[in-house]
Amino acid sequence: MSCWETIADYSLRSIGIGARLLPKEDFTLCQQFTLIGSGMLWNIYFGVLALISGFFFATALAVGKAAKNPLFRKPAEWFIFLFRGSPLFIQFFFAYFLFLSLKQVAPIFAPFTAAWLGALVVLFFNTAAYSGEIFYGALLSIPKGDTEAADAYGLSGWHRFRRVVFPTMMRLAWPAYTNEAIFLFHATTLVYFTGFPAWKQKGDALYYASYFADKTFNPFIPYPILAGYFIILTLIIVSIFGMINRRLNRHLPTERRSKIKFRPNIIR
Amino acid sequence: MFSYCSDPSTLEGLTWLSCYLTTGKHMLFYVSFGTVLLLLAITAPVSLMFGFAGAMAARARFAPLSWIGKAYIAVVRGVPDIAFFLFFVIALDQGIEWLRHKTLCPEWTDAIRQGNDFLVCPDAKMPLSSSAQWIHEVYGFSLAVITFAIVFGAFAANVLFGAMRAVPRAQMETAEAYGMSHRQAFWRILVPQMWVYALPGLSNLWMVLIKATPLLFLLGVEDIVYWARELGGSKTARFTDYPHPDWRMWYFFALLVFYLSFTKLSEVVLDRIMKRLTHGQATAGGEAQRRANV
Repeated sequence: MSCWETIADYSLRSIGIGARLLPKEDFTLCQQFTLIGSGMLWNIYFGVLALISGFFFATALAVGKAAKNPLFRKPAEWFIFLFRGSPLFIQFFFAYFLFLSLKQVAPIFAPFTAAWLGALVVLFFNTAAYSGEIFYGALLSIPKGDTEAADAYGLSGWHRFRRVVFPTMMRLAWPAYTNEAIFLFHATTLVYFTGFPAWKQKGDALYYASYFADKTFNPFIPYPILAGYFIILTLIIVSIFGMINRRLNRHLPTERRSKIKFRPNIIR
Repeated sequence: MFSYCSDPSTLEGLTWLSCYLTTGKHMLFYVSFGTVLLLLAITAPVSLMFGFAGAMAARARFAPLSWIGKAYIAVVRGVPDIAFFLFFVIALDQGIEWLRHKTLCPEWTDAIRQGNDFLVCPDAKMPLSSSAQWIHEVYGFSLAVITFAIVFGAFAANVLFGAMRAVPRAQMETAEAYGMSHRQAFWRILVPQMWVYALPGLSNLWMVLIKATPLLFLLGVEDIVYWARELGGSKTARFTDYPHPDWRMWYFFALLVFYLSFTKLSEVVLDRIMKRLTHGQATAGGEAQRRANV
């Protein structure tokens, strides 16, 4: 079987298109590259959707945590504490079994026991909590002069937030938010190692990598392939976020623009 | 455990629960919390050592050594940590067996990798197939500790590398002016001063380390996640004296609470340490403390 046939069979295998059976023996490099790459589709799916939806929720959480009214502040504080203080691994397990029990009560929860929705919800909450804390930190460090200037212009309420507070908050939070995005994509590899089942062996990149490692008992090929894919993904994220960062900082003199370091401090 | 537990089927309510929660398997579950704490207690200093070595290598003047240090930091951080965990557990095991095979069985001529098998001579198996169960468990646990130390060592190396560079340049210049050698200046001036700069990063790392401990489950250690799944699954009266439906949700809820309280406790303790360390320092934090006391 040539490499092109393998690519035709397996490049979309992770979403159920192509050959039904996974390769069983005599694994070629081409098969490993194709299948692990096909699994990356799930990592990108989880990462992109959770990041985009989490962004809006995180903004709401940050504003809520900074609010004076305890009716808004307390829930936001507790939500952030709950999701930042516990391991994502346990959150996945708990959510999966929670959805399983809810499914018995109301069948509407049936899709939540599948990874595509259930794991996405957990990742959405998780990244919203982490980014919410980042945005909250940025919100507190907005220069006082900016908000005073907004007041002087007679801006208030929504206009003040939309035109002054929000853009500055984004600008200050962006380098840390880039780290969070990278971490989120790394965290998507956990999904199929918790309760969530990979139906018909449709899994993510790490699922296929560990499949090959288990079958061949040789970790030295599939895991470096996976690592290569993730390094490429990380570089893409850094460059996209770098472009947005340049746009956010475009009004500032060059030396005051905060640069995203090429090797960001990747600790969540 | 209690004397009234001899016939569980007659028990009700809280007494049933007290008997259920003190069965032998539940005791193993409680012991596994100790496993997690033990892992943290061993891994934290070991990865700090790895980190220190990595940071020293990264700022070495001998270029290849510096490349190795920087590559170590960059690669481990660029790849999902869980992939490293899965990789190193097999890779370390096979590496150790390969080394033992080379030294113990030099006359063995068959290839080690045959198709999908990894075959070493029986003497080189690690641990030996004849050894006791506890040796297997200790071996598995040590592999897990080394894996954690390698991954978190890279994170720590990153933090310490940054902290070493944060020490004011003038301090090192003064050391040179006093005629200290490079080595003396490093150990007497740089290392004692870098900890204040490293502490915020290291405490962050400690939190990340706590939250990584459930990954022990993936390394094949019988940890709290293993037991929560095992004990929580629905049990019928045929196999156990304490039949119950699927309770895994509640077991994982208990783990969630355990981790939340543990991270909260760490946060409080680390805050205190930071306050103590910044006291009297010429940093923004120390200045704020001084102002607050005036």
